[in-house]
Amino acid sequence: MTVEKQSELALSAQEDVVVARQLVRAWSVELGLSLVDQTKIVTAASELARNTVIHGKGGTIRLEIVLETGRRGLRLTFADRGPGIVDIEKAMSDGYTTGTGLGLGLGGAKRLSQEFSIESEPGNGTRIAIIRWKG
Amino acid sequence: MDRIPILKIGDFLLVSVQVDMHDRLAVSLQDDLTSRIVSSRARGVLIDISALDIVDSFIGRMLGNIAGMARVLDAETVVVGMQPSVAITLVELGLSLPGIRTALNIDRGMDLLKSAIERTGAASG
Repeated sequence: MTVEKQSELALSAQEDVVVARQLVRAWSVELGLSLVDQTKIVTAASELARNTVIHGKGGTIRLEIVLETGRRGLRLTFADRGPGIVDIEKAMSDGYTTGTGLGLGLGGAKRLSQEFSIESEPGNGTRIAIIRWKG
Repeated sequence: MDRIPILKIGDFLLVSVQVDMHDRLAVSLQDDLTSRIVSSRARGVLIDISALDIVDSFIGRMLGNIAGMARVLDAETVVVGMQPSVAITLVELGLSLPGIRTALNIDRGMDLLKSAIERTGAASG
């Protein structure tokens, strides 16, 4: 997979979640995603960026236009140096929450993405990557 | 700090969300609406989300909270104007907005509110 273009944004406050949503929207428009696909990836980004700010105690979002076997996609990577997730399977299940949300963040973001990967270690932070392909 | 304006039209409160809300703004809207329902004795709340291009789990929860609190305060809530792409995404996210009445646009939302209030008025009177 090759990266055509990339950018990174710090996620440390609630306002950064809004900026991240707007940036993801701009990149998905530029990639030529359909309106529904734009909405899906922006919504997933909103859930994951909020997790980074609240649970990860701040971190970053990296946006990349990636190219693989002739297709292009938008990859978003959320990284934090927070407490990490002890039980990933449990955290992915709907309705599980340690905060004040609905517990749909992780599972919902996965359902809204075509590719989803998560790495997390207690004490070592969390890294989540999602991709939406064009077409 | 930013605030989302709340307009009073007859017995109803009308809120039109025109900005990309950060979480604190959504929470302050929830608080403002609750106190306005009491101070204005409103019987219905109409929330226009036609300008929102996403509704995530946080905003979904806020809409549910508003509807729940309004109900306790004897007011009905209708959410109007959801964009089709937002509706598709919400369902996939796993949010079906239980307990929230929705209508296609403000006119239909007003009709829904009026008939809901007439019903509860008839039932209690």
